[in-house]
Amino acid sequence: MKDHLRQAPLKFTLNNAPVTAAPYPGQRLSEVLREDLGARDVKIGCDAGDCGACTVLLDGKPVCACLTPAHQAEAKTVETLAGLYQSDPDTKKLADRFQNHGAAQCGICTPGMMVSAVALLRETDAPSEAQVQDALGGVLCRCTGYRKIIDAVMGAPAIAMDGGGAVGTSVRKLDGGPKVSGGEIFGDDVAPAGCLEVFVIRSPFARAAFAFGALDAFAAKEGVEAVLTAADIPGQNVFGVIPQFADQPVFAEGEARFRGEAVAAIVAEPGFLVDFDPDTFPVVWTELPAATDIVAAQEAQAAQLHAERARNVMCGGFVTCGDPQTALERADVTVQARYQSGFVEHGYIEPEAGFAEMVNGRVEVHACTQAPVMDLESLQIILGMDRSQIRIVPTAVGGGFGAKLDLTVQPYLALAALKTGQPVRLCYSRSESMQSSTKRHPSDITLRIGASKEGKITGFDFYGEFDTGAYASWGPTVANRVPVHASGPYAISDYRAESKGIHTNNPPAGAFRGFGVPQAAIAQESLFDELADKLGLDPLEFRIANALDNGVPTVCGQVFQQGVGIRACLEALRPAWGRERAKAEAFNAPQDSIRRGVGVAAGWYGCGNTSLPNPSTIKSGIDAQGRVVLHQGAMDIGQGANTVITQIFATALGLPISEICIVGADTDVTPDAGKTSASRQTYVSGNAARLSGEALRAQVLEKINVGSDATLSLEGATLVAEDAQGRHVLDLAQLAPDAEGYVFRAEETYDPPTVPLDANGQGVPYAQFGYAAHLVVVDVDIAMGTVTPTKFVAAHDVGQAINPMLVEGQVHGGIAQGLGMALMEEYIPVRTENLHDYLIPTIGDIPPIETIIIEEPDAHGPYGAKGLGEHVLIPTAPAILNAIKSATGVRITKVPATPSLVRMEIVKALS
Amino acid sequence: MPNALSEALEILAQGGARIVAGGTDVYPAAKQGRAPEVYLDVKRIEGLSLVSQSDGGTRLGAAVTWSDVVAAELPAAFDALKAAAREVGSIQIQNAGTVVGNICNASPAADGVPALLALDARVEIESARRGRRDVKLADFITGVRQTDLAPDEMVSGIWIPPQEAASQSAFEKLGSRRYLVISICMTAVNIVLDRDRRIASARIAVGACSAVAQRLTALEQDVVGLAPDRVTVTPAHLAPLSPIDDVRGTSAYRLDAVGEQIRRAIIKAAGT
Repeated sequence: MKDHLRQAPLKFTLNNAPVTAAPYPGQRLSEVLREDLGARDVKIGCDAGDCGACTVLLDGKPVCACLTPAHQAEAKTVETLAGLYQSDPDTKKLADRFQNHGAAQCGICTPGMMVSAVALLRETDAPSEAQVQDALGGVLCRCTGYRKIIDAVMGAPAIAMDGGGAVGTSVRKLDGGPKVSGGEIFGDDVAPAGCLEVFVIRSPFARAAFAFGALDAFAAKEGVEAVLTAADIPGQNVFGVIPQFADQPVFAEGEARFRGEAVAAIVAEPGFLVDFDPDTFPVVWTELPAATDIVAAQEAQAAQLHAERARNVMCGGFVTCGDPQTALERADVTVQARYQSGFVEHGYIEPEAGFAEMVNGRVEVHACTQAPVMDLESLQIILGMDRSQIRIVPTAVGGGFGAKLDLTVQPYLALAALKTGQPVRLCYSRSESMQSSTKRHPSDITLRIGASKEGKITGFDFYGEFDTGAYASWGPTVANRVPVHASGPYAISDYRAESKGIHTNNPPAGAFRGFGVPQAAIAQESLFDELADKLGLDPLEFRIANALDNGVPTVCGQVFQQGVGIRACLEALRPAWGRERAKAEAFNAPQDSIRRGVGVAAGWYGCGNTSLPNPSTIKSGIDAQGRVVLHQGAMDIGQGANTVITQIFATALGLPISEICIVGADTDVTPDAGKTSASRQTYVSGNAARLSGEALRAQVLEKINVGSDATLSLEGATLVAEDAQGRHVLDLAQLAPDAEGYVFRAEETYDPPTVPLDANGQGVPYAQFGYAAHLVVVDVDIAMGTVTPTKFVAAHDVGQAINPMLVEGQVHGGIAQGLGMALMEEYIPVRTENLHDYLIPTIGDIPPIETIIIEEPDAHGPYGAKGLGEHVLIPTAPAILNAIKSATGVRITKVPATPSLVRMEIVKALS
Repeated sequence: MPNALSEALEILAQGGARIVAGGTDVYPAAKQGRAPEVYLDVKRIEGLSLVSQSDGGTRLGAAVTWSDVVAAELPAAFDALKAAAREVGSIQIQNAGTVVGNICNASPAADGVPALLALDARVEIESARRGRRDVKLADFITGVRQTDLAPDEMVSGIWIPPQEAASQSAFEKLGSRRYLVISICMTAVNIVLDRDRRIASARIAVGACSAVAQRLTALEQDVVGLAPDRVTVTPAHLAPLSPIDDVRGTSAYRLDAVGEQIRRAIIKAAGT
């Protein structure tokens, strides 16, 4: 305990008010601000100065509060976002600008961004782009791609507009206010200061046997409330997002299968954990030989991770049509190559965190999640409790991108709350987040494609193995999705694609924006350029000539009568393609170390589950006071579901969004709107919201007895309908409310129409696809191997943009992640378990992005809308690789294309 | 939290204290449950936050931050150090982190070390028992995370001897992203040009290519008399380097890239 070391009170000025605290020596300012002084607007993302989320002003200068000894604040002033927002008019203006550009998505980096920007704007009120980048370069954002933040700080004209928020208009994020004022409550912001904490004991080895020592003696230590192991699980010690593949223990038993796997947890007072050295926990490890790559894992002598999965093959996926072998034999030209990628970390700035407590005998878990109902169902199994006894209350989510679909902190919190009966909290450190959370699957892909002299694809044969790590997680989804999507958005009549997920002693690979499709697209889109090159054809025109179209079957035999927008996306790039290529040619004319290249690539993505039920339910009601309530259970993880779904609902109901009150997500009050994954919320939950809005409107119109063309408005508790006959009013207070207080209510469900795939992968995997094509300009420093993208043009077919500003936000953020995957990101256990060895793009790495929105209405989407989130990063990496080839003549077949890799390939090509 | 240097040195003499200044290396390296009970905050010590210049040279006190270096009025010979300061982490890190902390942390990729080597910097070391001593920076850092600092000693400042008025300087850092990046390799160059704009003298230091950043003395001699854009860097010049393979790049790549980086740094320093 360090309490005895607490010294004379520390005095400083926090947000214009004098404060005192009694930190122990060396205590971080961030912790004192958050826990002792209630400044939870100071966010902690890494505790190492790598992310900048905790930026505060210390005597006016931005510093990372996590790196500042609290004592250094003595007699100084400390300003945080919440304080600045309250007292500084310029910060309020900046907050408006963030809102007007959608510059805060999830909002976890926003305090750090805005505080850094305030310091800059105090020096200069009209900063240049370079000044903004220098000032904000120390704050990482994983959602926005930074360009909107630059626009907001520079004061670019607002994109968002006032108005009713009808579908198609850019309104501010409805939940954006707290994100720009410091008021947002994320996973670690719920717990009361000083409550019990959970500390998870994790395997230091990729594979190890272990035995516990005297746990009882440890549990009896002062300050320790409980120790949890597999023996403490009242239900089953297993979870998994796909029931038939559920294989992951909450606590490993006997053997840990990856570095970072949990084996036990301590529930203790914070004072105990400050001094707790994990090496003193009574567990003895015996390191065992581990299979850490997919080749080794499939060898006969490799340890079997799961007995029933022979040779560590988890499962596979398969799609074929036509006669690919014959087609390839008859092709005029063929190309073949092998492409590889490594683990990619989601890198959300908010580590997994939450709080749990017992309320009237029920366990309530407040945590950051993408899938509250799946969390609840998993806890039912683990806790052996009826679902009525569990409540999941999601907090704001500081980025997810797929990894917060799986259980993380929830079972430890729930078990600890149940065992101790007391409130408990848990926030993963950055390194345990990186060790234990799911990753993008590493891939090893061999692809062969043939074409006729005229440039028509004739034959396509794809084989890909994916490292799914120690547990299944979403590996089966990757295995299924990849063969369906590996063709890219093209018409290919002779096709074969096979995938396999292989278990290793690596971290579980799961869902990450695109479910394996970005990896497959690297192979396919790179080889398309090679094929065009071999044929002497323009790469963009080659793609347009082979593009999928309405009325043309996909490789699964699915035929869309409307909404296939890839041709329009590719054609939209033609002007930039011609212009940028000419500019690059002129730039490259003198011999210089910097060579410019232009690359293009395309992608498609099916929204929702693959040939499986995937319903969303949205409830709404109007109460006797005239309050319109939308029970919105579709998790907003920064992408904008709260706003988009409300816009759709409001449009269907015929009222402005300002009249809509959102509640949820909360498993006690919102019906299941499914998980935020597979780019399904706008499409699936959006449709449920549309149906709910339409049903509510129909009831109202019927009650007032007016036609469907009537215009609705609310005047307090009076509902007004106006039509050609005039004005009709309904006094809501006169109606009898139901048990929930609603005088009108509608609960509607939407489930996408799909058809199961047969043995050859033929069927209707998705009711809708979205389409994308990217163009990128890169400068390659030939001598150093550095690749600098200088411009993106991104064309996206979204069917109908519900909120164009949020569409742009998704495009920018996806491109930033695709750029990271292409150029710098690779997770390697032990070596890159922090955000200074694992690099994600900074504000200086993302060039201007021109977004072209294509709207080819989908037959099923709400108002024709399609999903978007995952589509974006599919074309980005291959476009960059194609641009590198165009600049240097060197084909990179492995990502990340680090300077080291690129330069060594250039050297190889020169020799 | 001592306010006087003598007080601080007494605390160090008692043992067990961890020196902290900006905290930018101390906290990231902190291990769960293994924090020391005593931290010695050098930022509180009087007189250590100053950049002072005299005929005898330039002194950076132990609490001088990177931002202080950027803000200080210093001659052109310090341009490399200033450029390195701007490349350290981020504004947040530059506002807190100190130059002395950078050398004491003794990372092979310490951003400040090549520039200080190219300035011929010396390190002032003090202890309660033995008083003051000073050593060349090149001798102070002895290995990866190792220095010539006894447990009861602290670095009170860095002293840089007077530089030739005509000295020109440049810094090049290679990383995989724009901000917050650990160097793959880096080069600092201080050169003096003669009337014909040929190199009259040069100090060339390279970081992240060996356990300790170092000057390339053979190269320094060979460039004398050359026009800055005519410098060629041979494998023999780079023979003292021993780069490692790590997540940031291979050994072969570092050797390949650093030669070009040196060439560019010399051209940049010459302003051609």
